[in-house]
This record gives sequence, structure tokens and C-alpha cells, in this order.
Amino acid sequence: MRLALREALLAFKRAPLLSVLGITTIAFSLFAFGLFGLVAINIREALRAVEDRVEVRAFLVDGTTEDALSAVLGDIGAFPEVREVGYVSPDSALARSREELAEFSDVFDASVLPGSIEIRLREGFRDPRSVQALSDRIATYPIVDDVRFGQEWVAKLYNVRTIAVFAGTGLGVVFALVAVLIIGSTIRMAVLARAREIEIMRLVGATNWFVRLPFLIEGLIKGALGGVLAVGMSWLAHTAVTRSLFETVFFTPSQIALGIVAGAALGFVGSLLSVGRHLRAAWRDA
Amino acid sequence: MSGVLRLDAATKEYPRTGVAVRDVSFEVQKGEFVFLTGASGSGKSTLLKMLSFAERPTRGEVKVSGFTSSTMRDADIPQLRRRLGIVFQDFRLLTDRTVEANIAFALEVTGAAKGTIGPRVGRLLTQVGLASKATSMPHELSGGEQQRVAIARALANDPFLLLADEPTGNLDERATRGIVQLLREINALGTAVVMATHDLSLIMRSGHRYLELERGELIYDGTDARRLARHQ
Repeated sequence: MRLALREALLAFKRAPLLSVLGITTIAFSLFAFGLFGLVAINIREALRAVEDRVEVRAFLVDGTTEDALSAVLGDIGAFPEVREVGYVSPDSALARSREELAEFSDVFDASVLPGSIEIRLREGFRDPRSVQALSDRIATYPIVDDVRFGQEWVAKLYNVRTIAVFAGTGLGVVFALVAVLIIGSTIRMAVLARAREIEIMRLVGATNWFVRLPFLIEGLIKGALGGVLAVGMSWLAHTAVTRSLFETVFFTPSQIALGIVAGAALGFVGSLLSVGRHLRAAWRDA
Repeated sequence: MSGVLRLDAATKEYPRTGVAVRDVSFEVQKGEFVFLTGASGSGKSTLLKMLSFAERPTRGEVKVSGFTSSTMRDADIPQLRRRLGIVFQDFRLLTDRTVEANIAFALEVTGAAKGTIGPRVGRLLTQVGLASKATSMPHELSGGEQQRVAIARALANDPFLLLADEPTGNLDERATRGIVQLLREINALGTAVVMATHDLSLIMRSGHRYLELERGELIYDGTDARRLARHQ
């Protein structure tokens, strides 16, 4: 193991240009992956912010008593899909309407606005089916006159979210495959540069794993270093967009760590594929 | 004497180029020195490749020490290679490492204990007459010296059999004599040597057994030097 590590590190020393080239190539392929990741998490954040606004509003019949109202509020508040429930009186509704639609402020009158129950949902219960089911249930209360939740809007939002998840997963897989291929090619260059060494190893009786190990370690290190560089480049891109266009979110520390580990893993897999292919050929040549 | 290698009707056929070695059978005894000769393309290198299990026979069988071509797994090849020494015409040294590092490499990759490597390399360099060149780089050496380094590397794991594929092919006459003398000394210490060469005068002077191949077939197995004189 120590010798394999030494050989892997010597490879960087013996061919610094090739190593830098390899790490840069890996970094750019992971950077492309990172940019895609940034776009994906920002879309997810944006959708989450919009989803957060998914609410069900139950308008109450005139003359609803306070006792009946608090019983229903308590009841609805206990539903597992409900995050928050509150009563909006006609006066509060009027104040809110005047604030949100200032140009029509003189049109509104408290007497035309009914009291309502405002229900915010927990994450995971904001899909059209769950919202519809909850609305149907709330509509059965005698004090509820009408239930609204913007069916079309919720359905569209959910469709966008579904498309984003599928497109994101698909593109993510494609980017990961491209990264593996690029890393594999980079390692293959390193393998070819050391073909004589491999040949001699085979000649004197080194085992397959002994021959492979230095390259796997090299791939792991290159992948991790490429991952670190890619995180740096992604951060620069994120900073540039935030400064010049709009606020964006960056990866969390655990996502950064995951990215670097993924880089190392891709480097390892790329090396495994490249060296494996070379070794199969090397048996015939050694 | 007991056999260190044996071929039984070994045939090697390539899909594109056809038969390289056909129905070859012979045996080499422990401590024997055998030449392998024939024109270019006669199958010498293919035969040596079969002996190192770089190639498996298409038909027939190759047995080297306890290893048999028909039953041996690829994963076992390193175990055999550790007990073989192999040298080539083009030396195959690591050009970015010193002479001693080249030899040490063979010991390191086969898991020799760290403390034993330095003394072993020193002894091998003395054996091949290059003790003073330990820290030289290969490009600083003559062809003959580079081949000596390759031989020292081949001897690193104390092989019972040394396979040499035209080891003097790139050398002048003086260096050739030196290399052959070195191989004889190694042989005298008990290592069997199979050396491929097309230098007939070398074989005639030696008086050793030789195998002659022609178009992949073994056409002679013996020690008759006069026969070779007629070829010249």
C-alpha cells in the first residue's frame, strides 16, 4: 500500500504537466456538473419558496360562532398535512387587501369580505391530489361555505416541479457519465505514459491489484483535487451571478463535501475502467 | 536432472496471421542452457511468450515448473513470473530511474522486505559487473551495460529459468560476448537458460543444445554444430 501510494505520488512529480492537465480537465468536467448542480438547487429553492405559498383558504358562512370556529381550527390543526392554521377576520382581510392592492383600497369594505380559515401545508403534502383531498375534507364542515386553493396553479406548479426533477436527474446522470469518460481518458493518458512501467511490473510478477492500485490512488487524488477546483470555480460563478444578476444560493458544506467525494469516486471509477482495459491488453504484450 | 519446462505438441494460431508455432514438443532440464534459433518469423518469440504464459497455446500444452497452460488461471501468472527471469533485445528499462532503482523496482513490486532490497541490489550489480554504475541513469550506459541491468533485474527474484529473447540483438560483438559469458555464469549457478538468437556462430562456439524452428515447426533439437556451419 505504501509503495502504491508512493508510485501514485511519484506520477505527479514525474509528469507534472500531464497531472495538471488531467486535474484541470477533471475540474472542468466537474465544474460543468457543478454549474448544473447550482442551477438545479436554485430552481429547487425557487420552487420551494413558491410551494411554500401553497395554501388552502376556507371561507366561512355568515354568523359562525367563536366556539364553532375554535373547534374547527383545533380539528384542522391536528391534520398531519397541516403546518399552520389561522383565522382571518373580515377586518384583517380588508387590511391585507388594502395593503396588497393599494390602488383599489377605497373599493374594499369589510362587510363584503367574509371571514376565512387560512391553512398552510407541510412539505410533501403540496401536490394537487393531497391539496384536493384536504380541501374536500374541510368543505364538509358546516361552518365552511367555500374552499379555494387555486387548483390550476397548484397543478402547474407540481408539473414544473416533476419536470424539473426528471430533467435534473437525467441531466445529472449524463453529466456524471461525461465526467467518468473524461476522467477515464485523462487517467488513460497517465496509464499510457507509464505503459513501460506496467509492462515491467507484469514481467516481474506484480499482481493485477498491485499494478492497478497506484492508478486508482492517482485517479482518486486527481478526482478529489478536480472536485476542489470545480467547487472553487462554481463559487466564482455563483458570486458573479449574485453580484450582477440576482441572488442565488450556493452549495451547503455537506453538498461541497459530497461534491469532492463524488469527484474522488468518479476519478476512482474512471481509473478502474481505464486500467482494467489496459491490463487486459498488457497480458498479451508482457 | 529433472525437467523445468515441457511442451507437448504446442501450437499457437492467431486469428489473423495464422499458425505461428505448430506441434512443438521438447523439454528443458534443470540447469540446462538451450538456444532457440531460426529465421525472423520462425516462431521464436511466440514460443518464448508461451513459456512466460504471455500467450497460451491454441492446442497442446505448456508446462513450466508446476504450472500447466490448460489449467492455469490468469490470476496465477504473477506467481510463475516471480520465478522466471525474462530479458529482451530492447532492454526495457525505466529510463527515468537509476540503475539500482530499476533493479529494486522488481523486488518492490513483488513485495520484498524493504531491508533486504538494498543489499540484494548491491549483490546483483556486483554479479553483472556494474557495481560502480548503481546511480547512473540508463541513458548514461552502453547497450551492453543496459542489457546487464536488465539481466540483473531478471535475476532479482532468483529465478529457476531465464528466458532471453535475442538479448544480444542490439549489441556489438564485444558486448555480445560479455552478455553470453554472463548468461553462462548465471547458468553455472543452476538457473536454466533458454536464449533465442539468430546468431549461429554464437551457438556453434558454445556447444550447447539448440532448437531450430522453421515456419513455426521444430526442425532440429540437438547439439550438432556442423549442421549450423552448413547454414552459414
